[in-house]
Amino acid sequence: MRNVFAVAGKELRAYFHSPIAYLVMTVYAALLGFFFYSFTATYVVQSFRMQAMGGMGAPPMNLNEYIIRPLLAGILTVVILLLVPLITMRLYAEEKRSGTIELLLTSPLTDLEIILGKFLGAMALYSVLVAMTFLYIGLLFVYGNPNAKPLLAQVLGLLLYGAALLALGMWFSTFTKNQIIAGVVAFAVFLLLFVMDWVTAYGTGTASEVISYMSLTKHFDNFAKGVIDLSDVVFYLSVAVLGIFLTARSVDALKGRA
Amino acid sequence: MIEVAGLTKRYGPTLAVSEVSFDVQKGEVLGFLGPNGAGKTTTMRVITGYLSPSEGKVRVAGYDVVEEPLEAKRRTGYLPEAPPVYPDMTVVEYLAFVARIKGVPRKEIKSRIGEVSEKCAVTDVQRRQIGKLSKGYRQRVGLAQALIHNPDVLILDEPTAGLDPKQIIETRELIRGLAGQHTVVLSTHILPEVSKTCERVLVINQGRIVASGTPDELTHRLQGYETVLLTAEGPAAEMMERLQRVGGVNMVEPRDAADSLVTFEVHAEKGQDVRAELARAVVESHWKLLELKTSGLSLEDIFLQLTTKDLSEGSDASGDSSVISIS
Repeated sequence: MRNVFAVAGKELRAYFHSPIAYLVMTVYAALLGFFFYSFTATYVVQSFRMQAMGGMGAPPMNLNEYIIRPLLAGILTVVILLLVPLITMRLYAEEKRSGTIELLLTSPLTDLEIILGKFLGAMALYSVLVAMTFLYIGLLFVYGNPNAKPLLAQVLGLLLYGAALLALGMWFSTFTKNQIIAGVVAFAVFLLLFVMDWVTAYGTGTASEVISYMSLTKHFDNFAKGVIDLSDVVFYLSVAVLGIFLTARSVDALKGRA
Repeated sequence: MIEVAGLTKRYGPTLAVSEVSFDVQKGEVLGFLGPNGAGKTTTMRVITGYLSPSEGKVRVAGYDVVEEPLEAKRRTGYLPEAPPVYPDMTVVEYLAFVARIKGVPRKEIKSRIGEVSEKCAVTDVQRRQIGKLSKGYRQRVGLAQALIHNPDVLILDEPTAGLDPKQIIETRELIRGLAGQHTVVLSTHILPEVSKTCERVLVINQGRIVASGTPDELTHRLQGYETVLLTAEGPAAEMMERLQRVGGVNMVEPRDAADSLVTFEVHAEKGQDVRAELARAVVESHWKLLELKTSGLSLEDIFLQLTTKDLSEGSDASGDSSVISIS
């Protein structure tokens, strides 16, 4: 475990010693800020209109349903999809390019310790983004009274969603010395996994159900509602474990070929 | 300390290292000598556990690098050709990270960093970012990294490549100072390097060991005979036979022949000047002696012969093995 943390610490430090962490955080904060503002503004206008129409007797609109849920499920899942490749593209590609991969692979560490360390380091940076999200959402608690309980499911959902993407992105990073390629491949695959259930929207039958099931963002819907469904948890964990397993296979193959 | 037996490494259909076997004793400094692409780096990478061998066994300090990789790696320090440094870390941060992943106990990390920084002369740049250091400093940080966990075995891949002459001398001294406490394997394609730092040399070419011995043995061998070039006009076969009978001559070999003009390469017993005898032999037989001169084979010549003969002469190379068998 000490070794895992040593590698994780190194990765996290590398993010903050380079512009990557700041870039990712800035882009995320800006996009999040924009959408948060636009959802809130729409909410305010609409709730005035509702009250004007329905008189004083109308129930107030629900902040969770009108702001938090669409923000998370509709927007943030896509923004994260864009940003995760930026986080993962360097994980192995940079080590391969600079030759430091030789240091890691000739140190008394198991491959799994290195992989988990890198994964945790990336996860730590990602957690900062998740924390930022709830900083914004926290503002709703200052000026309104949304329900706090769904937040638990939403935090868990974001973390699991990120874990799945990060693990896959890390795998793509083992293929090449070139960070750009690693990033573009990750982005393309994520996008494909995201749009996968669009094509099946009008389809029927097992094939379309399977394809729809594999869509990464679809499994986030329940979390966004505040519902923790075990099947969604299992789905994201499985993808994360698969990503880590494939990374391990890929690193192992490096030793045969170099 | 290091046992390599029948090591073969293939990259797909390409054979990078073929049936290489050697042992390195504790405290010994072994040099790998060979042209670029000879298989030096591949061999070292297998010893360090970075690559897995296609065939053969490699043991470091008694631990098989495939079966017990962690134990073997714990006892190995490795400086690849390009120092494996993170440019955005400072020297201290970097060494502390390496110490942690190499398993140096937490309490000793600080003192170890101090020791290796001192040894590798990087103390004065400890707080600087590695990316901003000169190539020489980076190389020394790489060396410090390899030493941080006080390994039994040090593998250094071209440790002086890209350094300026002063740094090269300093690095050689440093490596010589490490002998005894550590078992060192270093690779180089620079010849004087070997004689200055290594106790034993393996010459490797096209994935095979073509010669091995101490630098002294090597130099002795190549100065082990005098080479005389003799050009004369006469019947080639007869001349060759006559020259062979001259006292002290070991070998006569025709080099060039044009019409009846033949140049022979004559190898003689070390320390014997056979020129006068050769001249008399030719003149007494009434052939025309045109030229007679000594020719010394330099270390470079031997090296070139060892490493290029397969390419230039093909399969009949084993014929003149008397020049080459240095082991």
